[in-house]
Amino acid sequence: MKREAVQGWMLVLPAVVLLAAFTHWPTLQTIWASLQTTAVPGHPSRFAPGQNMQNLWADPVFWQALRNNLVYAGCIIPVTLGLSLSMALVVDRRFPGRGLLRLAYFTPTILPMIAVANIWLYFFTPGYGLIDEVLAPFGLGEWNWFGSTSTALPAIIVIAIWKEAGFYMIFYLAALQTMPPDLREAAALEGASRWTYFRRVVWPLLMPTTLFVCINVAIDAFRLVDQIVVITKGGPDNATTILLYYIYEVGFQYWDTNYAALLTITLLALLGAVAALQFGLLARRVHYR
Amino acid sequence: MIGRRRLLAASASFVTGALAAPAIVRAEPLEIQFLFPIAASGPITKIIDGYAHDFEAQHPDISIKPVYAGNYDDTIAKAITAFKGGHAPPLAMLGAIQVYSLIDLEAIVPFDELATSAEDKAWMNGFFPAFLANGNVLGHTWSIPFQRSTPVLYWNKDAFKAAGLDPEKPPETWAEQTAMGKKLVKRSGSATSQWGVQIPATGGTYWLYQALAMEAGQELMSRDGTKAFFNAPGSVEALEYWVALGKEGVQPPGVVDWGATPTDFCAGRVAMMWTTTGNLTFVAQNAKFPFGVAMLPKDKQRGAPTGGGNFHIFKTATQAEREASLAFVKWVTAPERAAQWSIDTGYVATRPDAWETALMKQRVTELPQSAVARDQLKYAVPELSTHQNQQVTLPLNSAVQAALAGSKTPKVALDEAQANANRVLAPYQKT
Amino acid sequence: MSMSATVATLPLSRGLAGQAGRWIEIIGAWLLGVLWILPLLWAIWSAIHPADVQAGFNLFAPLTLQNFAAAWAAAPLDRYMANTIMLVSMVLVAQFVLCTPAAFAFARLRFPGRDTLFAVVLLQLMVTPDLLMVENYQTIGHLGLVDSLPGIALPYLGSAFGIFLLRQTFRTIPQELDDAARLEGLGLLARIWRLYVPLARPTYIAYGLVLVSFHWNNFLWPLVITNSVGVRPITVGLAIFSTNDQGINWSIITAATLISTAPLVVAFLLFQRQFVQSFMRAGIK
Repeated sequence: MKREAVQGWMLVLPAVVLLAAFTHWPTLQTIWASLQTTAVPGHPSRFAPGQNMQNLWADPVFWQALRNNLVYAGCIIPVTLGLSLSMALVVDRRFPGRGLLRLAYFTPTILPMIAVANIWLYFFTPGYGLIDEVLAPFGLGEWNWFGSTSTALPAIIVIAIWKEAGFYMIFYLAALQTMPPDLREAAALEGASRWTYFRRVVWPLLMPTTLFVCINVAIDAFRLVDQIVVITKGGPDNATTILLYYIYEVGFQYWDTNYAALLTITLLALLGAVAALQFGLLARRVHYR
Repeated sequence: MIGRRRLLAASASFVTGALAAPAIVRAEPLEIQFLFPIAASGPITKIIDGYAHDFEAQHPDISIKPVYAGNYDDTIAKAITAFKGGHAPPLAMLGAIQVYSLIDLEAIVPFDELATSAEDKAWMNGFFPAFLANGNVLGHTWSIPFQRSTPVLYWNKDAFKAAGLDPEKPPETWAEQTAMGKKLVKRSGSATSQWGVQIPATGGTYWLYQALAMEAGQELMSRDGTKAFFNAPGSVEALEYWVALGKEGVQPPGVVDWGATPTDFCAGRVAMMWTTTGNLTFVAQNAKFPFGVAMLPKDKQRGAPTGGGNFHIFKTATQAEREASLAFVKWVTAPERAAQWSIDTGYVATRPDAWETALMKQRVTELPQSAVARDQLKYAVPELSTHQNQQVTLPLNSAVQAALAGSKTPKVALDEAQANANRVLAPYQKT
Repeated sequence: MSMSATVATLPLSRGLAGQAGRWIEIIGAWLLGVLWILPLLWAIWSAIHPADVQAGFNLFAPLTLQNFAAAWAAAPLDRYMANTIMLVSMVLVAQFVLCTPAAFAFARLRFPGRDTLFAVVLLQLMVTPDLLMVENYQTIGHLGLVDSLPGIALPYLGSAFGIFLLRQTFRTIPQELDDAARLEGLGLLARIWRLYVPLARPTYIAYGLVLVSFHWNNFLWPLVITNSVGVRPITVGLAIFSTNDQGINWSIITAATLISTAPLVVAFLLFQRQFVQSFMRAGIK
């Protein structure tokens, strides 16, 4: 037994040490840093847990970033889930051109966001951008999508969903294709409609995948800032600033590293809460086989 | 006896060694890492590499290592991070506006401490004063101009003719700009096929805003970088004019995109645009119509900010590195080279004597529009630059964007930006 | 496989409404597919046409390869791609080497603190290294690895995702096989290498593909940690074309985009089926 214990620890140590060094240790460092103020001329850095918290509470950009992030996540998670599931259901059946469609759905995943952000910038360009061109015959042709505070965030969300849905389609597809075919036969024999079959059989069996997809999309919804960095830089007027982007701005442009640390802690706490919520809601319904 | 031979041998080897030492030492060229941003189109990395190579041919004891670091924001981020980590490069091309941040960090060495000979001093003072202004603060010359620009007005001569305006007369005042703009707008139903003017507001939003404020007679900051004047009457008036252009249908609504504006202009979607003189080459290549370039229209006076990057030498560099860096800076800003750089990239040649070179004179003959930026320099002011620069300017950007997007009135937005600036700059205001 | 094909085409709901519904579904699916691939198609169109026709959409505008040449000249894209390939390979190999033993230990060995440690490891599923970039930058700085490929890769090498995935897969391998191997005298490492790894191949492939995709796409952390051309990956390199003082030249940007994404697109086109199949067999559920 003892030998096994030693072996066990030795096998896990390399990976765990690296992991801890770049995840757990920095988290502790961040917590410590968040309790200190950043040095300004005349005021060296000092331990002041209340000060940073006060600044946070009073910071309108933080609250906006928080709101934006919740909207961002709140839209991305359900829509991506729904789309990726629908795509998987469509591509699951045999029909001519299935491979092509699957390829079309999956392509956004392999294109780096940085690369496609500019393409989307073009699509949303007022007037001659593709979207406005399409809307023009309906008399709606002159939207400044990225230039107005009400449409910038939705446009950014559209890009994020486009990027993510195809990737999670693969997970659903894999799950669907390993479902035993006799289930469908049985349902057919009982005269169940496709909708009933889906609702009563497929959906519950997909629960593990749904949970997995849900949590990963949620995490992505807090991590995906590339298109913001390239297209809007958080604007106009912080309409597209989400927490991670604000952290980048505060940490690497304002050099207020301790405040950035506090923002990071907030982000981690939020992420944890979202994950816990999803786990709580969905884990109960998961059937493992 | 044995000792003497040994002593001779030892002395001989010592002397040989001492004679050889300089040769050995000099065999290793001094490496100067040089951080630079790219903010212009064209094969910039190749050009900079070419400069490094040519300089090394003339100075075999120095090796220049150009490091491309992204855009201005990325480059200053890397430079400061490296400095804080104790391994800053000796030389960096950074936004001229970063001077106060660098001074506060005690990161840079002023050039007037290095360029002490009479010849050096003459060289240092040989740049256009408008370009030196950002770096000449607090009694020293902290940076040397390299890639500088200024915004100008481009106008589509064909569009003017079609609208019944004189194609050779651009607007001289704000009122003319609005009036001409209205005549130039072509609309059918709810779609506008041609707008009057575009003053873009993404990217460095404050840059064109500074031009407007200057034209309204208001400088946005004090020359010592400790005070901001974002909600002074002139500043508010400038933003109100900009917002009015959108409201009156002369300019597209909302925040107009900086990057798309030159393409819009060349495609005939807008008849006039405010953008950097650096876009001249792009427009010259892609506009299928005759176009003109003019100074920005005035309100109470002409005004334009400068923009772009300067050379900075870091304090962490050794004396030898500082001198080598100075040598490179002097070499690369020589008139012929400054002229060639300007032609290759679209930046404004930084010295009057560069404009006198045959190369530049020919350029002006071929493309007369390129001289407008130089002529406007006498009305130019240093680019907005204060202590804690980003913390002051980014909220200003947001304020301007909010007003243009219609979510706040100019006065309210600018009051907020001013309040923020006051808070950030308070530690620096001695009174 | 053929069974499910036949079953899949059994109409589960007949009648006109069902048929119409089916058609709407098919049209909708194809419309979505077109929409999804439109950006790539437009990028191709834009890259092969000169800059001055960018503002309209004319199918018969003159073709040109000039943009690719200009994009190639504007930045050392080949160097960036080489860097990316090296980086991704490094991460792939290192993660496999590090996570496999750890996953095995969590799956099959008993040692004190195992379950707590596993839970602590799983935290990284949420707290990815780029969220902590400010602190990680300083750590990498202390190690002297700023602006190096190992510097980019290091924070990701201990991967909770990899450990989790492999552990789940290892647990599905029947204990009897393991016992049999042990009886044959195979030591611990030999068993991992000869038994567990081959049986978990689909998982490795699926996981590898996810990994490659993630690191090929990664932007913010490499942006922060790299400085020089010799290290910069393609995502950061592409950013030049976006962060221009002067204005966006659509045709050059799209040309650069195509050049830099071509390897991935081609690879995916060739290995599509294996990709999907490996996900199926990996049973990520």
